[in-house]
Amino acid sequence: MWFIEGFQDLHKRNEFSWHIFYYNAVLVSVRFCYRESSVEVYIDVKNLSFSRGGRAIYDDVTLQIPKGKITAVMGPSGVGKTTLLRLIGGQVMPNSGTVAVDGVNIAQASRKELFEARRKMGMLFQSGALFSDMSVFENVALPLQEYTNFDKTMIRDIVLMKLQSVGLRGAAHLMPSELSGGMARRAALARAIALDPDLVMYDEPFAGQDPISKGVLVELIQRLNRAANITSVLVSHDVEESLSIADHVCLLSGGTVILSGTPEEVRSSTDERVVQFLQGHADGPVAFHYPAQEYREQLLERN
Amino acid sequence: MGLVKNLFAGVYGFIESLGQSGIFLFQSLFRLPVRWGEAVRLYVRQVYSVGVLSLVIIIVSGAFIGMVLALQGYSILTSYGSESAVGQLLALTLLRELGPVVTGLLFAGRAGSALTAEIGLMKATEQLSSYEMMGIDPLRRVIAPRLLAGITCMPILALIFSAVGIWAGMMVSVHWLGVYEGSFWASMQQSVFFDTDIMNGVIKSFVFAVAVVWIAVYQGYVCQPTSEGIGRATTRTVVMGSLAILGLDFLLTAAMFGDF
Repeated sequence: MWFIEGFQDLHKRNEFSWHIFYYNAVLVSVRFCYRESSVEVYIDVKNLSFSRGGRAIYDDVTLQIPKGKITAVMGPSGVGKTTLLRLIGGQVMPNSGTVAVDGVNIAQASRKELFEARRKMGMLFQSGALFSDMSVFENVALPLQEYTNFDKTMIRDIVLMKLQSVGLRGAAHLMPSELSGGMARRAALARAIALDPDLVMYDEPFAGQDPISKGVLVELIQRLNRAANITSVLVSHDVEESLSIADHVCLLSGGTVILSGTPEEVRSSTDERVVQFLQGHADGPVAFHYPAQEYREQLLERN
Repeated sequence: MGLVKNLFAGVYGFIESLGQSGIFLFQSLFRLPVRWGEAVRLYVRQVYSVGVLSLVIIIVSGAFIGMVLALQGYSILTSYGSESAVGQLLALTLLRELGPVVTGLLFAGRAGSALTAEIGLMKATEQLSSYEMMGIDPLRRVIAPRLLAGITCMPILALIFSAVGIWAGMMVSVHWLGVYEGSFWASMQQSVFFDTDIMNGVIKSFVFAVAVVWIAVYQGYVCQPTSEGIGRATTRTVVMGSLAILGLDFLLTAAMFGDF
């Protein structure tokens, strides 16, 4: 965290016009220097099994998420994409198998280790999950107040920078109840990246966004990843947006990983399940209907 | 056989949830805040929310109960020619019993249900998960200030309830029913003692506060994160909180005032 302390010194010297520039420049260069040329695994999921309410969500799943890349996790509704993010964040624990984040086995970690690991993570929840008793500004400022010794002026500047990046600097004073769904999610993204985490998990970031916001978000996720070398895990149904920015794709279906590879490999796949998902066909190996008795039989049933 | 099995499962479930809620209470109360200034700010905000905003219902209820007690007490005592003892009756009834118990019941309905609904809604909208993912302990940030505010506010509210009740009872008995003001206060002064009456009332309201606020925050924290689940948890808070107050009142009264 020496670059943040350097930023703090600059701020104390009141070099306002330069410190934002220095902060970004130092952050980018530090991340860039540490960028590995070879692919390094940041999240390593091995033989993961997880069930909820008697239903198996994952059955012996193994997947790896590379460091500093954008990984899109895709698959039909109810396949357990959000659950995967919760397993990575340690909010739910696997029945068996391991989930290692940056070398820390989340399932075996003590409470202290888990909270330490979470400080390096940012998560954008599907609903935004902004704290309803705080303004947008206070929401974004909270992680900075909790984990840094920055003075108020510096926190204000960083919060405004983060809000500017998601286009909500002018909405800093608003309460979450005054925001639209899309705006709330963008504000939540600003909060998720407030501490410049090593890992950012996005749960359906494009849902409910207008085309302009969607474009800005795609660009922002890419910029964060490229400039700051953040590892990004993106859960989304938006096939085109996800494939356009992802370096790596994991396609889930039926509790297992059906394909793991580059977007090109996904697009050129001949696997019927992959083709059905990408082209949005109702008929195919992935069932659209929830298991039920025969339709005609049920309609004719009188008793 | 099925009945025995269900009974066993019910008892087991009750003991399990009692243990879980005990750990929950311990973890919430004994985890020190990271930033004391922030902890004090959160506590003060909750004191306003659960304490100050409950003042209106406590004052109005206290006044009416005091007035009704004065009327009823006067009508009974006057048949024995001892209407001057209405002050004693009012003070002892309010300080020992009605103050803590009615305040507890009103607190469970007004503040307890609000706490459960608020925490349940925070769970349903993933705000608690969000705190966890930020590495901020929701027990320390969300639950502890509410617990401490509720536990410290309720004894004060109970004292305010009793004071308002005595004042309202005095207005009815002295200014309306014509009881001599000197004997009204004198009978109260002779029979009410600080350690046995006032402090026992404060201890009672403190115990009720722990029970009600503990139930309220726990129910909110473990509720199903749906509108139906939050509604059920809120109802459970009021029902369980009220029953806990009445049951504990019997035990505490027997321990404090039962000479056996």
